[in-house]
Amino acid sequence: MQPKPDWPLYEIFVRARGGLDHKHVGSVHAADASMAMEHARDVYTRRQEGVSVWVVRSTDIVASDPDEADALFEPARDKIYRHPTFYDIPKEVETL
Amino acid sequence: MSATGEIAPSRDASRAQLEYLLRLGDTSLVLAQRLGEWIGHAPAIEEDLGLANTALDLLGQARLLLAYAGEVEGRGRGEDDLAFLREEAEYRNATLAEMPNGDFGDTIVRQLLIDAYQVPLYERLAGSRDPRLAEIAAKALKESRYHLRYSAGWVVRLGDGTEESHTRVQASLERLWPYTLELFDADEIDRGVLASGVGPDLAAVQGEWSARIDAVLAEATLARPAAPRYRWYGKQGRHSEHLGHLLAEMQHLPRIHPGARW
Repeated sequence: MQPKPDWPLYEIFVRARGGLDHKHVGSVHAADASMAMEHARDVYTRRQEGVSVWVVRSTDIVASDPDEADALFEPARDKIYRHPTFYDIPKEVETL
Repeated sequence: MSATGEIAPSRDASRAQLEYLLRLGDTSLVLAQRLGEWIGHAPAIEEDLGLANTALDLLGQARLLLAYAGEVEGRGRGEDDLAFLREEAEYRNATLAEMPNGDFGDTIVRQLLIDAYQVPLYERLAGSRDPRLAEIAAKALKESRYHLRYSAGWVVRLGDGTEESHTRVQASLERLWPYTLELFDADEIDRGVLASGVGPDLAAVQGEWSARIDAVLAEATLARPAAPRYRWYGKQGRHSEHLGHLLAEMQHLPRIHPGARW
């Protein structure tokens, strides 16, 4: 086994079917974007999981800071009125 | 209706068809076995999966082709009998497919040389007068186009990479180049299937192969080796010393457990 190549990490997003969103499925190491695309194809779509693939350099993703989770997400917790559950839906409305 | 006048040519045509199917099937089978040897040993897990995917595509092609060959032969032999229970001289694969893996560069160059051959080959076979073969080729073509993208990409990376990768992959090319002539060296069988509309004109396949290879080598800054002077005849059953070892490993289990099933 040769030493692990010094390749950067790419995050892989796969669209399962037309009309659905791309979903994050994992990551691969690759020398560049086109190799990442081939690796993504070989690793994540070999059982017909997808019809479209996005690859993104992991370092290009800006993530929220876990230490700021309270400030970012806590204020939403006691505002249950933001959920659309306080409305009576008329029977006549079939699809809402 | 003259029986002797009818049967003789049809026997010849059927023999050529059988031999030709074995050539196609065995080349994919033996190359699949070689690529399978990389599993657990590739330079990165992503490449491990990439090589294994290609191996499985080729194995799938071999299954379809050998199952069909067994039917054409008409002696009750199935794909497994043909794959696992023949002797070395009965294999009809191109010698190039049995060449040892060497380093990753050797494997990738061998792959490029065969992929660039299988793509124009299957393109033509997809229009074969033999409808069953045409269907198999149409399916295989999609796979081989991806194989070519993968192997050509790697040859460019290695050729146009570091000084060491360039030197090594150029050496791989020199080593394997002599085995490419056989792919296009039409013999009686190739001429027979061409005449019956089953097989392609190998000169046309060679022209397309050559153009594809030249384009990849140019991008990879690699030099095309000189024309080979010696010919190999694996497709006629005369193999290099490497096939016997490959078969010993490949046939080991089916021979010690005849008829075993999962």
